[in-house]
Formats: sequence, structure tokens, C-alpha cells
Amino acid sequence: MSRPPGRKETHKISRELFVLTYGALVAQLCKDYEKDEDVNTCLDRMGYGIGIRLIDDFLARSAVKRCRSYSETADMIAQVAFKMYLGVTPTVSCNSAAGNEFSLILDKNPLVEFVEELPAERASLCYCNLLCGVIRGALEMVRLAAEVTFLQDKLKGDAVTEIGITFLRKAEDRKHKR
Amino acid sequence: MADEALFLLLHNEMVAGLYRAAEQGEGENGRCTTKLESMGFRVGQGLIERFTKDTARFKDELDIMKFICKDFWTTVFKKQIDNLRTNHQGIYVLQDNKFRLLTQISAGKQYLEHAPKYLAFTCGLIRGGLWNLGIKSIVTAEVSSMPACKFQVMIQKM
Repeated sequence: MSRPPGRKETHKISRELFVLTYGALVAQLCKDYEKDEDVNTCLDRMGYGIGIRLIDDFLARSAVKRCRSYSETADMIAQVAFKMYLGVTPTVSCNSAAGNEFSLILDKNPLVEFVEELPAERASLCYCNLLCGVIRGALEMVRLAAEVTFLQDKLKGDAVTEIGITFLRKAEDRKHKR
Repeated sequence: MADEALFLLLHNEMVAGLYRAAEQGEGENGRCTTKLESMGFRVGQGLIERFTKDTARFKDELDIMKFICKDFWTTVFKKQIDNLRTNHQGIYVLQDNKFRLLTQISAGKQYLEHAPKYLAFTCGLIRGGLWNLGIKSIVTAEVSSMPACKFQVMIQKM
């Protein structure tokens, strides 16, 4: 007798829908663009478009308080946002003494669940570049300029997947000190 | 659940990105719809396999269509198809009165000319799902007033 999928399975299949759609998107972009950099740029741009809208959804769902420091922001991204949308919690580490460079280390990346390896002719493709754009776009909408890139990628043979977030100082930081 | 927002936004970005690229490049809108439909096809194939791993064998075509309307639609779009009509000769019409990918666009006839762009992926999704269940079909969609839309499935005899 067929039974309707339980709640947990429905949740899992919803996520698989997203992962499969993302895979189809990357495949289509690889067909459309010959150079890896073009595909990466396109993914980043799409991610940016998603990020600027996703932040509203995130803030509405999580109702978090304002972050008081860059390190709180990085923790928020890793522990709340990633958990909410992708179901994983990357570990956060601070890379610089100035306190504005952070790394999110992902042991398990749900986006590459169905990907075994990159094809040989696409060696410099950043498969998950969408994530960089999403984080960058979302941060920009809360008035935090940042550069987000992949420092390490499991698909390219590194041990873990590492996303680097560098917060850029805003010019008006020091203007209104009372 | 938070996943809906992600998929919705990704889908909208895909549509926007493909059409933007087409404007700057060849300027052929028809190919964008084909690309979206073929992406939906791939996703539908994969998704239906994951989904029907544990379900029992389907008795006949109508059973498969009911599965698509109830379980499949509920998992993907969080609601069931509102109305399924058939002529029992291979043509099915699935009516969704509040299609999730269109609710954010408009509630009526505004932007009606843009609606087909947002339906192409789902047409492919249905076609891919049916393909992997052994049914060859052609799926088209029509919208007269958002967010209601109808998907027409024409079964091809293999």
C-alpha cells in the first residue's frame, strides 16, 4: 500500500528540489558559457539577486536582534541562516587580527549532494558560487559591505569547503561619533 | 518551511537571468522557454525517482495522474491540484487556482504576458516526472487570470 510521505520526508524532498534545480541550472549555464569565469560570474550575480530578497525572509522568520559586531554577524550567518535554509551549520573561525575576516567551514555541503566530481574541462568552476552571491547580497541589504569567496572547495580536491567573508569598512563609520 | 522561499527565489532568478542573457545575446525568447522546460524536465526526472522509491506500483495512467495531483504537487508546491479533468482518452487538465510561482507576481490580469515564463519550468517538471514513470507526454500551460493556471497533459502513445 502506498503511504503518503511523512513530514520529515516532505522536508527532505523540498530540499532535494532546490538542490536538483540548482544542478540543472549549473548544467545549463555550462552549456551556454564556455569559460568557467563566466559561469562563476553568472552564478554570483544570480546569488546576489537571491540574497537581497532572502534577507527579508530571513529577518521575518528568525526575528533576530541586531548584531553588534562582525563576529556576531558571522555566527548568525552560520548558526541561524545556514541552519534554516540548508540544514547545516558550518563552523566559524576568525582569520585576521583586525576581526573582519572570517571563514565558514562546511563539512557537509547539501548543494553538492548529487555531484560526484567536476568534469575535467571545468576544473575552475565554482559550483556553489551562488552561495557567495547570496551572502554578499544579504549583507549588503543590512548595510554591511563584504567580499565573499570560496577559499577551499571539496569538489576541487581540498579537504573541506571553506567560504571566506571579508567585511569591508564603511566610510561613514567614524563620521557620527558623538 | 524555509525551503520554499529558496526555491521560489532561485526559480525567479533563473527566469530573469535567462531572459536577461537572451536580450543581450541572440534576442530569441523562444529558446529561453525551451531551456527552462528542459531544466524542469531533468529536475522532474530526478525528483520523481526519489519520491516514488517506497510507493507501491501504480495501477494505471489515471492513478499516476492522481499521484501527481495530490502527493507530488503537495510536496513541491505545498498544496494539491484543485481540479483534475480528463477525457479518458489521454488528455488531462490540471487546474491550480493559486499557483505558488505566480502568487507573488499579480492577482489578476496585470503582467499576464509574462506569466508563461514562470510556467515553463513546471511544465518540464511534470513532463520529466511522467517520463520516468513510463509516460511520454506533452505538457502545456495556460493562464487567464493569475494566480490560477491550467496545465494540459497530452499523453503520447509510445
